[in-house]
Amino acid sequence: MSEKIFMKGCEAVAEAAIRAGCRFYAGYPITPQNEVPEYLSRMMPKVGGVFLQGESEVASANMLYAGGVSGTRSMTTSSSCGISLMSEAISWMALQHVPTVIGNFARGGPGIGSIQPSQQDYVQATKASGNGGFQMIVLAPATVQEAVDMTYEAFDLADKYSFPTYILLDGFIGTMMEPVVLPPAKTDEEIAAIKASKKWVPNGSRGKNSLDQKGTLDYRNEKEAEMYEEWKKTEVKYETYLTEDAEVILTGYGISARIAKSVVNDMRKEGYKVGFIRPLRVNPFPEQAFEDLDYSKVRGILCTELSKPALYAVDVKNVVRGRCPVETALRSGGEIITADEIYEAAVKLYGAK
Amino acid sequence: MENKKTTMICAGFGGQGVMMAGKILCQTACDTTDMNVTFFPSYGMEKRGGTANCYVCIDEEPIGAPMVNHVNNLMIFNDLSYDAFINKLEPGGNLFLNTTLVKFRGDRDDINVIEVDAGNISVEMGSPKSLNLIMAGAFVGYTGALPVENCVETIGHKLGGKRPDLAAINEAAFRKGVEIGQAARKK
Repeated sequence: MSEKIFMKGCEAVAEAAIRAGCRFYAGYPITPQNEVPEYLSRMMPKVGGVFLQGESEVASANMLYAGGVSGTRSMTTSSSCGISLMSEAISWMALQHVPTVIGNFARGGPGIGSIQPSQQDYVQATKASGNGGFQMIVLAPATVQEAVDMTYEAFDLADKYSFPTYILLDGFIGTMMEPVVLPPAKTDEEIAAIKASKKWVPNGSRGKNSLDQKGTLDYRNEKEAEMYEEWKKTEVKYETYLTEDAEVILTGYGISARIAKSVVNDMRKEGYKVGFIRPLRVNPFPEQAFEDLDYSKVRGILCTELSKPALYAVDVKNVVRGRCPVETALRSGGEIITADEIYEAAVKLYGAK
Repeated sequence: MENKKTTMICAGFGGQGVMMAGKILCQTACDTTDMNVTFFPSYGMEKRGGTANCYVCIDEEPIGAPMVNHVNNLMIFNDLSYDAFINKLEPGGNLFLNTTLVKFRGDRDDINVIEVDAGNISVEMGSPKSLNLIMAGAFVGYTGALPVENCVETIGHKLGGKRPDLAAINEAAFRKGVEIGQAARKK
């Protein structure tokens, strides 16, 4: 099981979903995530699952809703403008607490934007994936291995909270190939047990079983708000690197974070005291990582994102609350930020050595 | 392993096997080393005849950008790609040229130029499709970055299933490339 395989991000995510027990996938083709449906159209029938290509993203997302209600571990993937089309159904799944997994291999925007990788959907993913002010746990992998592990984990989170769960990827993670170790495949018995544990599944018992949420909407929204607060205590995940003596912090998520981390290593070799913070989940936001910094030492924080205007940096600023300058190094619309650009911005923020 | 870190762009027309050349090297690195490996493809809309290139990183340290700005190896299959990428090669880097279609222009004096008449040799060997394997072989022969026999094994796995009739030519083409690379190294 621990054998290393050289896999494309999209295919690795698809395989991880199958291994996590996903037996229903509905989606509609869009670059740069076409290899997910392509892979699942081939592999899903082999494990007794259902692959459906809807006539649109709107249809596919509603099929996903139905898949979730059936108690079967269900998933869709799309990219940016495709996710926008799905947002109505995502909001409805949040209303009825339907456990599903949604993967966004983000590309340039707004609108049809570009087919190249981008990180312009941060706010949509973390704060407004549809109407109604609901939130989802948003996982943000930076490598193909993390994309695999987080996809596997996303199904558990969806079931744990009986809520849609979101994976915020980008076109780089989807199209690049890296060595991965795949998690063990859930057995048919395990998958059946997961489904059987969902007592609300409508299975012909004349309305006795229902996922319909009880109480007034005010009451239900309050319960949901309590769940989001609980996530801040239990579901925060982040990585810190060389922050103890750091005078400048580089931070970001996903693909731009891994470039920033390589810059941290390069700058350390040159004697710069730089550190690194990366959320593994962008919602709930890792406030503690920034609270733990020693602001008597930190000269500034540099946020790297593939988005103009900066979106992630706004959340960072909200936590830092003026205790040090927060600057940005940005590219947008499908262009990749280079290590050189991040380096220059970080050196400028550092000032004299 | 002679080179600790390999960064490479392979660039040419779609249909020349540019992606496969990169994948074979990455797959072999993944199978035979504990190093980090990334392969990132980039291409236009067309299947055949459009521009195609891929970025390969093989590194002991975690890889930042899979699409790197500067590389220490550049594999050029056609004229267009020469213009697009020649300035991405670091000083002291290796330029592998498919001289059947693209000639060295003398515009850099700080790099190693390895000329491989891959197009013509592939035709002589009986399969024009093996052009990319000759180029990949030249890289392995010149740099010693990957073990030859493991590359041959990868080629068998990746290409043998689809066209078993070409397996012998593919292997011979790769080994021919290795020879050319090794000879260039000795110069």
